[in-house]
Order: sequence, then C-alpha cells, then structure tokens
Amino acid sequence: MFASLEGKKALVTGASRGIGRAIAIALAEAGADVAINYSGSEAAAAETAAAVEALGRRAVLVKANVGKADEFEAMVKDVIDQLGAIDILVNNAGITRDNLIMRMKEEEFDQVIETNLKGVFNGIKAVTRPMMKQRSGRIINISSVVGVLGNPGQANYVAAKAGVIGLTKASARELASRGITVNCVAPGFIQTDMTDKLPEDMKASLSAQIPLARLGDAADIANAVRFLASDAAAYMTGQTVHVDGGMYM
Amino acid sequence: MSDVVDRVKRIVIDRLGVDEAEVTLEASFKDDLGADSLDVVELVMELEDEFDMEISDEDAEKITTVGEVVAYIQSHT
Repeated sequence: MFASLEGKKALVTGASRGIGRAIAIALAEAGADVAINYSGSEAAAAETAAAVEALGRRAVLVKANVGKADEFEAMVKDVIDQLGAIDILVNNAGITRDNLIMRMKEEEFDQVIETNLKGVFNGIKAVTRPMMKQRSGRIINISSVVGVLGNPGQANYVAAKAGVIGLTKASARELASRGITVNCVAPGFIQTDMTDKLPEDMKASLSAQIPLARLGDAADIANAVRFLASDAAAYMTGQTVHVDGGMYM
Repeated sequence: MSDVVDRVKRIVIDRLGVDEAEVTLEASFKDDLGADSLDVVELVMELEDEFDMEISDEDAEKITTVGEVVAYIQSHT
C-alpha cells in the first residue's frame, strides 16, 4: 500500500471535528493507531474515535488545551503510556477570533497566537525528547493559505499561521540530524464548520478566487498529511504543501 | 566510583563514536569530543535513563566535561 502507516502511532490535535477529524480517519485508514485530542466537545471527539475504531485501529481520547505547555506535556506522556509511542504528531488545533485591526482586542490577538502558534511549539517541544530517543518521527503542522496571502479581518490568525511556517523550518533544521522531519500543510478554503459560518455571497466570491473553482474537502488535506506522515515523504523536511485549489502558486 | 566512570565512558563512546583513549575526565564534550549542542542533550537523556535520575536543564547546561558528569551523578544518586 502506498503511504502505509501500518503499526504507527499518531497524535492529532483538534481532532474532534473538521480537518482534524478527517486527518485522524485518514491516518487510521493507512493503518495507524490514533490519539484524538480535543479541548471542548467530548461527544464530537468520541464520534471521531468511533470512526477510527470502525477501521480496526485503536483510538484514545485525550483532552488538553494545546496552548498550555504543561497540558501538552502531560498529554504526550498519557498517549505514550496508552499507545506505547508517538511516531506522528499532527498539530492541527486552531481557533479564530476575527476582527478588524482597529477593533481587535488584545485578548483576541493573544488567544489566537496562544492556540494556533504557541500550541504548535508546545507540541513540537513535547514530542522532541521521545522522538529523539526513537531517532525517528514525523511532525506535520497545519498552517493556512492566508498565512501566505494575508486576509483582512484576520490579523491574529494570519500572523499565527505565517508563524507556523517559520516554526516548521526552524524545527526541521534543528531536528533533521535526528531522523525527525517537520513539514507543513497549508489548506485553502475547506468545507468545515469554520467556513460554513460564512455568508453565501462571501463563499461565492471566495470560490471565484480559486482556480479549481470550488471549496476543498477536509479529505483533500488529510491525504496530504497522510503522505507527509509516511515513508513516501522521507526525503522532505521544512516544506509547506499548499492544498488550496491553486489559490497560492 | 569507578563503576560510574565506566558506565559514563561507555555511553559517551557509544553516543559520540569516539575512541576510549579520548574520553578522559578532563575531556570537554564540545571542544574535545566533537559533540554539538543536540548531542549533549541526547547524552544527558541517556545518562538519565542509565542512572534512573533527572538532570534539570539548568544543571545540564553547566556540565561541559566528562568529569563534571561523573561528579554530578555521584552527588545526586
């Protein structure tokens, strides 16, 4: 099987819904056992777990706020206790607090940076030690097309997502000699709860900017993550894969 | 005493791929044994496992030679 993950153990953050859920399921389809992190909705996370188990793989639920270093650290220990290792970390958890810069409150900026950027750092730091001991590991961070193109009304989100690309490159260089690769996937506009909230006319105008002329599916992102997590991507590190229907090229 | 020295030396030789003769108590990991900063972090991790102890980051940063590691382990176990 191309991009098989047979026997691998993965931790996916923000896996209760949307892109994170699709990633958890895709990794399970490829053969991995999956730890499903969530912060709020245990019921939604349990649905993801049921989908993973339906594929004959182990699923464990782990609650943690990725923005808090001690919570991420404890989660990694918990997952290693339960699954025996972490071969793949997918830093997917993210939030939005959209506002124009003039109106954006300090806490709106801070909250998004804490979850979307510091959360990724916390994850990389927490798995570095076990992955260095294994002398292998795959870290995949989820950025966004707006981290490259910019977007009005999302200064906090754009700053965090652009930061994730830089963080990916720095950690890729630092960890390459230890057999750990760090890559990034930058989704475009994907059909999820996050984008369902947008008004129809905005969706239409967004679609007009996409060369492939439609919103993406969460599975489109999950396929790229699965590839980067597998041996098929062994010679790639520090890269950002753009899965956005051609918005950025 | 010599037991700790031997175990430390074995790990250093194994991890850094150096000759036994080079691993004197005075040898500096970075200057004499060719370790980079990540090598030192890994070495510390392996020593923690070997001696079943925790070495804090602050303490680990102060350790630069084989002799200092041996002294640290002897005073903390």
